[in-house]
Amino acid sequence: MNLADLFTVAAVCAGAFFFLAGSVGLLRFPDALTRLHALTKADNLGLGLVVLGLLPRVDGVLGGLKLVVIWLLALLASAAASQLIARAVKRSEPGA
Amino acid sequence: MSEALNAGLALFVLALAAWMVVARDTFAAVVGFVAYGLLLTLVWVQLHGVDVALTEGAIGGGLTGAMLVAAAARLRRTEAAARAERPGWPTRAAAALLAGGVTAALAVAVLALPVPAPSLAPETAANMGATGVGNPITGVLLAFRAVDTLLETTVVLLALIGVWSLAPDRVWGGRPGPRHRADPNETLAYLARVLPPIGLVVGVYIFWVGADLPGGKFQGASIIAAMWLLAVMAGLSDAPPISRGWLRLALVGGPLVFIAIGAAGVATAGAFLAYPDGLAKLLIKAIEWALLPSLALTLALILAGVPERPAR
Repeated sequence: MNLADLFTVAAVCAGAFFFLAGSVGLLRFPDALTRLHALTKADNLGLGLVVLGLLPRVDGVLGGLKLVVIWLLALLASAAASQLIARAVKRSEPGA
Repeated sequence: MSEALNAGLALFVLALAAWMVVARDTFAAVVGFVAYGLLLTLVWVQLHGVDVALTEGAIGGGLTGAMLVAAAARLRRTEAAARAERPGWPTRAAAALLAGGVTAALAVAVLALPVPAPSLAPETAANMGATGVGNPITGVLLAFRAVDTLLETTVVLLALIGVWSLAPDRVWGGRPGPRHRADPNETLAYLARVLPPIGLVVGVYIFWVGADLPGGKFQGASIIAAMWLLAVMAGLSDAPPISRGWLRLALVGGPLVFIAIGAAGVATAGAFLAYPDGLAKLLIKAIEWALLPSLALTLALILAGVPERPAR
C-alpha cells in the first residue's frame, strides 16, 4: 500500500464518518431545523472528503474535474433544498 | 466484500419496497419510491448496466417521483376520507390472492429461466461495426431494435395526449399547471438562474456521449426537461399554451423524422428502419438529434400537467 492509497483510505473513511454523524443527527436531533443542519453540514463535508480521497485514483485531469463538479453541484443542490425546506417549516409553524 | 455490499443492497431494496407498500401516508410512500429509485440505480451500476442506471435515476426516480409527488399533493384533501373506508374481507382476501399469485408467477418465471440465459450479445458485438457507433446499447436501440425505440417515443407522446385529455373544455388549448410566482430574490429563483446553464451542458453532454459511452437521448432529455421546469416553478418562465402550432410541431418532429428515415429505408436498404451501408452512423445521429428536443418537450409537458388556465 503506497502513500496515495493510504490517503484515499483515510479521506474516504473520514468522509464516511461525517455521513454517519449526519445520519445520527438526523435521527437524534429534536426539530426539523436542527435535523436539516446536521444533514447538510455533515453530508456536504462527507461528500467533499470522499471526492478528495478519490482524486488520486482518477485517470486524467478531466475525470478529477468531473468529481469536483459533482461535489460542487451537490453543495448547490443541498444548500438550496435545505433553504426551501426550512422556509416551508417556518411557514407551517403555528404563529409564525 | 462486494458480495456483502450486494447482499446489503438487495435487502435494503426489498425492505424499502415492503415499507412503501405498508406505508399509510401517500406522501411518505412517494418519498420512499424516490429513494427506491436511487437504490435501484445503484443496483444497475452493480450489474454493470450503467445505461439502465442512468435511465432509472433520471426517469424512474426523478421524473416519475416528481409526477407522484404532484399526484400525492392532489390527493391530500381526500386522503383522510379514503383512509376511513375499509374494504370488506372478501375484497381484501381477493386482493391478497391476486397480488400473491402475481408474485408467485413472477418468481416461477424467473427461476425457470435457462442457465446460461439465452443471449444475443455475441451477435450484437460481432455486428456493431455495421452501425458505426461505439456504445452497444445505442447500437441495439437505434439499429438492431430501432422499431422498439420508435414505439417508445410514440408511447411517451401518447402519454402526453392522455394528460391533456383530462383538461376541462373551457381551458382546452390553455396553459398547463398553475402560474408559479416566487420572490425573485429568494433561493428557488436563484437556483433557477444558476442551475439551467450547467444542466443544459450536462444534458447535452450525456446525450452526446451516448454514441460511444453510457448515456443517450432519454437521459439527456429528462435533465433538460427538469431545467425548464425549474425555471417554470421559480416563476421565471411560463408553460406555453398547448394549442400553439410550433409546440405541436416540436412534439411530433422527432418521431416524424424517425418514421421518415425508417420509411426511406424501404427504398434504399430494402426494409423499414434499415439503413444503407456506410450511412448508418449518420442516420442514427440524425434520428437522435431530432428526438432530443421532442423528448425533452414531451417529458417536460407531461410533468407540467393538465391545462388549467385559458391561453389568452
